Amino acid sequence: MTNMKGRKIAYFFKNLFLIVVSFISIFPFYWMIAGATNDSKDITMGKLTFGTSLMKNITNAFEKVNLWNAFLNSAYLAIVITVLSLLICSVAGYGFVMFKSRRKEILFMILIASMMVPFAAKIIPMFRMFANLKLLNNYWAIILPAIGSPFLIFFFRQNSESFPRETIQAARVDGCSEYQIFFRIYMPMMKSTYAAAGIFAFMGSWNNYMWPLIALQSNNKFTLPLMVSNLAAEFTPDYGMVMVGIILSTIPTIIVFFCLQKAFVEGMVGSVK
Amino acid sequence: MLKKNKNKFELTGWSMVIISAAFILFFSYVPMIQAFILSLKTGKGANLEFNGFANYIRMFHDKTFWTTISNTLIYAVIQIPVMTLLALLIAVLLNDPGLRLRGIYRTCIFLPCVTSMVSYSILFKNLFAVDGLVNQMLMKFGIIEKAIPFVLHENWAKAVIIIALIWRYTGYYMIFYLSALQNIDKSVYEAAKMDGANFVQTFYKITLPLLKPIVFLTSIMGLNSTLQLFDEVVNLTRGGPGDATRTISQYIYDLSFNYVPSYGYSAAVSYVVLLLIVIITIIQKRIMREKG
Repeated sequence: MTNMKGRKIAYFFKNLFLIVVSFISIFPFYWMIAGATNDSKDITMGKLTFGTSLMKNITNAFEKVNLWNAFLNSAYLAIVITVLSLLICSVAGYGFVMFKSRRKEILFMILIASMMVPFAAKIIPMFRMFANLKLLNNYWAIILPAIGSPFLIFFFRQNSESFPRETIQAARVDGCSEYQIFFRIYMPMMKSTYAAAGIFAFMGSWNNYMWPLIALQSNNKFTLPLMVSNLAAEFTPDYGMVMVGIILSTIPTIIVFFCLQKAFVEGMVGSVK
Repeated sequence: MLKKNKNKFELTGWSMVIISAAFILFFSYVPMIQAFILSLKTGKGANLEFNGFANYIRMFHDKTFWTTISNTLIYAVIQIPVMTLLALLIAVLLNDPGLRLRGIYRTCIFLPCVTSMVSYSILFKNLFAVDGLVNQMLMKFGIIEKAIPFVLHENWAKAVIIIALIWRYTGYYMIFYLSALQNIDKSVYEAAKMDGANFVQTFYKITLPLLKPIVFLTSIMGLNSTLQLFDEVVNLTRGGPGDATRTISQYIYDLSFNYVPSYGYSAAVSYVVLLLIVIITIIQKRIMREKG
């Protein structure tokens, strides 16, 4: 009987603890939504309830500073980078498995080793490289370095190991070329791998801050993180507008998370498999 | 005929891997080599001359360098253990199939991961402002009498950064532990229960030893990313007050783009970070091999 009671109390405290942690985890999300409906002054004063300034904040954000433009810039970059890096890295991952050779294994090791290079160690040479190419303040400066991702190559190689070789043999007998096999058979069959890798690539580009901060200079080229960061760094920031920016930068990732939860977690966590 | 086919086969294979290889060589290895050459040169702006290891020697006397290194290590040394323990505890609690709302809890706790680094940093700066929500709540409940200027105080500012990091990444690490826990054979726990082991005993004697490899792995991952910390500090405190929260990555950035540009010295500092990460990765690989 006491054991029963003890277990009930333990169950209660377990839930209490998890409720508190969950609350702390999601509170900032509530805070940004409530903030977007309030005046800047109310937000700094810690007003918890919803206000009436939502339309004003949105109008300011879209007309005064053109956050919408920054959103479109970020979306454009994220989509281009995701498509290109997925295409190029998946072919490579596939090639490393299906056309295995000793020399290619060595190349793979060299490519993977580049994961160790911290980004800060590359910023000056990359800045000078793109300055010489006259590509600073140009989206190519953001896209080109993001295409070859050692992690994505690793991820596709890892997932290609279990791809059925009989399918490939059968297709070869049917007269398919190697690239036809890749595009018509491998790609459709590996949808979930592409989804996880795509989320990884998208998140990386969408949240990227340091390199765009260095490579992009004009306001109309700015991505969402740059724009939001600049707005919040002003002497007297308009927090209502900032909150709209934060919501804009969270919406795409949160939608992807809820639609593709399994692939999302795999894309985020897959790096350790 | 057969040889020709084999050559063609080999060529197709190379054509598949070569584009990605070119990108990585060009945008990782070339800059890395250039950075090393640069680190051997001194001078202002574009006028650079070879000067041996002068930049590396300069580091030893550079107070800001040591401050930023120690800040970065302080973040890692506090954040990683606290977050790991918290994530472990949550994972163990969520691993109980008898828990009714576990799916909802898991989703809530994982959710901070979807925010961008810039966004959540600004949210935390805002929440911890002098007249911000946290101060108001603490005063309302009588815990403090006067508002604490969190981001303006040397130690509090560090604490806020660590709290923010813990907020965003605990759920992420929790997922690793949860999936590792789900792989542990249930009968081990049943046997422990039969022997009358309580929750704490089971945790220390069974769960923790079995999770040791994954805990080690995530610690290394955390160390690796904390050594490169940049976005959060820039957007929360700008590195201030003074240099109290500045990280090593931020210092490299400042040396190249904010202060009088000294590319050579900046490159040398970046090589120290590179070296640290290489050492950490080698340790990680060795442990992984032992495990596998």
